[in-house]
Amino acid sequence: MSKLALHHVSCRFGGITAVDDVSLELEAGEFVSLLGPSGCGKTTTLRMIAGFLNPSVGTIEMDGDMISSPASALPPEKRNMSMIFQSYAIWPNMTVAENVAFGLEVRRLSRAAVRAKVDHILDVVRLAALRDRYPAELSGGQQQRVALARAIVVQPAVLLLDEPLSNLDANLREEMRYEIRRLHDEFQITTVYVTHDQAEAMVTSDRIAVMNQGRIEQVEEPRALYARPLTRFVAGFIGRTNFLEGEVHGAEVVFDHFAIALARFVEPPALRGKVAFSLRPQSIHLHRRPPAASERTCVIPGRIVQRAYLGEHWDYVVRPKDAELQLRVTARPHEVFELNEHVWLELEPSQMAMLR
Amino acid sequence: MRWRHLDKSVFLWLLLVAALLLLVINPLARLVWSSFQHGATGAFTLDNYVAAYGRWRYVEALVNSVVLGLAVAAVCVVFGVPLAWAVSRTDMPGKGLVWAAILGTFIMPSYLGAVAWILLAGPNAGWLNRAYMGLTGAAAGPFNIYTKAGLVLVIACYSFPYMFVFTRSALDLISSEMEEAATTLGAGVLRTTLRVTLPLTLPAMMAAFIVAFLEAIALFGVPALIALPGRIQLMTTTLWQFFEFPPRVQVAAAYAMPLLGITALLFWLQQRLIARKGYVALTGKGGERRMVKLGSWRWVMLAYCLFVTSLSFFLPMVVVLQAAFAKAWGRGFSLDNLTLANLKFVVVDQPITRAATLHTFVYGGASAALALGLALAIAYIVHRRLVPFGNALSYVAMAPFVIPGIVLAIGFYAAYTSPPLVLYGTAWILILAFTTRFLPIAYANSNAALRAINPELEDAVRILGGGRLLALRRVVGPLLKRGLAGAFLLVFIPATRELSSAIFLYTTGTQVLSVLLFDKSDEGNFEYLSAIGLILVIGTVALVLAGFRLVGRDFMLKRTAA
Repeated sequence: MSKLALHHVSCRFGGITAVDDVSLELEAGEFVSLLGPSGCGKTTTLRMIAGFLNPSVGTIEMDGDMISSPASALPPEKRNMSMIFQSYAIWPNMTVAENVAFGLEVRRLSRAAVRAKVDHILDVVRLAALRDRYPAELSGGQQQRVALARAIVVQPAVLLLDEPLSNLDANLREEMRYEIRRLHDEFQITTVYVTHDQAEAMVTSDRIAVMNQGRIEQVEEPRALYARPLTRFVAGFIGRTNFLEGEVHGAEVVFDHFAIALARFVEPPALRGKVAFSLRPQSIHLHRRPPAASERTCVIPGRIVQRAYLGEHWDYVVRPKDAELQLRVTARPHEVFELNEHVWLELEPSQMAMLR
Repeated sequence: MRWRHLDKSVFLWLLLVAALLLLVINPLARLVWSSFQHGATGAFTLDNYVAAYGRWRYVEALVNSVVLGLAVAAVCVVFGVPLAWAVSRTDMPGKGLVWAAILGTFIMPSYLGAVAWILLAGPNAGWLNRAYMGLTGAAAGPFNIYTKAGLVLVIACYSFPYMFVFTRSALDLISSEMEEAATTLGAGVLRTTLRVTLPLTLPAMMAAFIVAFLEAIALFGVPALIALPGRIQLMTTTLWQFFEFPPRVQVAAAYAMPLLGITALLFWLQQRLIARKGYVALTGKGGERRMVKLGSWRWVMLAYCLFVTSLSFFLPMVVVLQAAFAKAWGRGFSLDNLTLANLKFVVVDQPITRAATLHTFVYGGASAALALGLALAIAYIVHRRLVPFGNALSYVAMAPFVIPGIVLAIGFYAAYTSPPLVLYGTAWILILAFTTRFLPIAYANSNAALRAINPELEDAVRILGGGRLLALRRVVGPLLKRGLAGAFLLVFIPATRELSSAIFLYTTGTQVLSVLLFDKSDEGNFEYLSAIGLILVIGTVALVLAGFRLVGRDFMLKRTAA
């Protein structure tokens, strides 16, 4: 049985459908991100899980018990969850220790137990020295850690995070991603994490649910999501990519002035009529001379039309011979080609993800 | 609907909504209802309206009230606008003194001002008349406060601070650049002020004009002290006469309808004027403001400011203090005339006044606490959308703003003198009437305070397992504390001096100082009246000082803007 399950959940505000038929199941101890652009319905979904909003359609279950439905919902305070808010929502009238102790006091733990747990969690998030400070006296990163400690110390059944890093500067954000994952590895709390930052989702998550216009487009482990995006939106939102459109003619797929044999693709039986693929820039290799033919690859001639040196790598834009199509290619720093130079593009059809 | 899923605090919200309806809607509904009710049988009738408007005397009172309101509002413009301009835009010296005197005017109950003006300009014996006679050797002085002009002057003295506050806030938001633009085109100070500055403040002044007008027609205390002896009929004094034994509540209710109607209409108009910000350059960032250099005219300006504030504050305060500490006020300022007997008599010796002093502050405090608690709860319910039709609730909470105190009192009388709920004769009817009357002040303040709190702070409590009530107690409450202390005082202060609703609802045993002051006014013992007034002023000053400490210097003058 899954820990948390959303069944065909929709949420409408007036005429606007913020969340549209979302289904998602989390195993106990799993860390799932809701990733998508602003306005895609991810925060609304999270607030429905928390119980701050009621679904218009569909149900939410925890441990098999229905906790939300259009007719009635368990109030947030009875869900044994905790949440980290975009604004952190650290109570300014309480010290760090009082903030962290709050959830434990609500749960009527003994004074000694509260003290012990607060001390432990403040050690874990490295705030022990600041326990008697007020939030106004803390930096953004420290406030963030108070919010984390306060949410984790109660050992909730489900932990919810709503863009918790969006108010931090870039360096701190990167550090906190690993911190969040480290805490998850330590406490194994079932977690739903809302973010619009794909790197955050990749670092922290077991699985990522990509959302667009109220719908979940794809739920997958980070690597699979990157390698095998199912839709044009997912392919474009996670990392950079090239879109190739072609049509199946007999035993090959015909693209813009080049063709690839059907047999080379991973799932040839599925190929019919018009097809579209996503091909990552680093899955294309450039050569001065035609490379040796191989079973796995195919080679097409082209010309460099644009280039940029970014230090860690080269960004090239290459146009296959006679084609309108422009392909982005990432190359290592020593692979230097001049503008307008004729090159050979080596593609691996197995790396091409077919899009719905 | 599953029981476990139900947020139990919903019952509390419903209870509070019911309380709000009981306080505001019930008296109003009963007021309207009883205006159509036959006094003895309770049957539907229009006789009350016939009785209320069938006599010329009653219609004349209505006309007199409207004329009085217009005259008062006009005098408020003459008093308030130059003072606001001088304090806000010029290099006039002594601004602090003028500001303090206006605050003093705010603090002084208008009926105490009326008492003071009787001492100042009563025919023959008034200080001003005696001074005139002493200077000219004439046999009689020219001043008589018991006239329409006297009435207008006294009411205007205690309404012009609204004009001052409204105009000053508008002036404070106009950048000097706009005035300088006119100056660079060749306009002088006078021309710039008349053509640029004042027109920009016009909507604020119109709004204040309406407030002053409404204050004047709804006022009871000053007319009771000056118009009744002067035989000038006004709406409010006529209403009061309907209540003389045996009370004709139904006729009074019918007679109160136009007052209610005019007030509601003008208030709506005033809100529209304030809302029309497009016309006024009311952008928060006014740019740099430079003071207009008046040259030697600045002394003339100061003289005018001191003249106005002398009428409203300095002279009345002096004569009230003199009378409160005098054996006989007519014997003037001499050491052998000084005594503490009046104060001692009021506070210690006489049981009625001793009780009234206690009642005044207990009722005031209780109604401030109730109003604030209810207002906060309603504001919270509306903000967090805990019940449907939240916006309607917010209108109901603000509604008493447009109900003149005297009309509200008649509504309370109509609603709570007969079963099922008999409150008349108890302290509760006064406390609840004060609560209702000043609920809008509390509501506007609660609303502003709540808006400043991020709802996520509460969500955080709830997701960690605390209910809404715990969130209110542990997080929202402590964060609101400071702002609400100010709001508490803003209700407490007017509640301690409220006369117009108290006069209809008190009984022996529940007198407050304001009622006592009015009750004793026909005995002509002005030392005694001044002593009562002084106690009220001292109490208010203490509260205001507490407000300064808690919230800052401007808290009292800001309330009208809320």
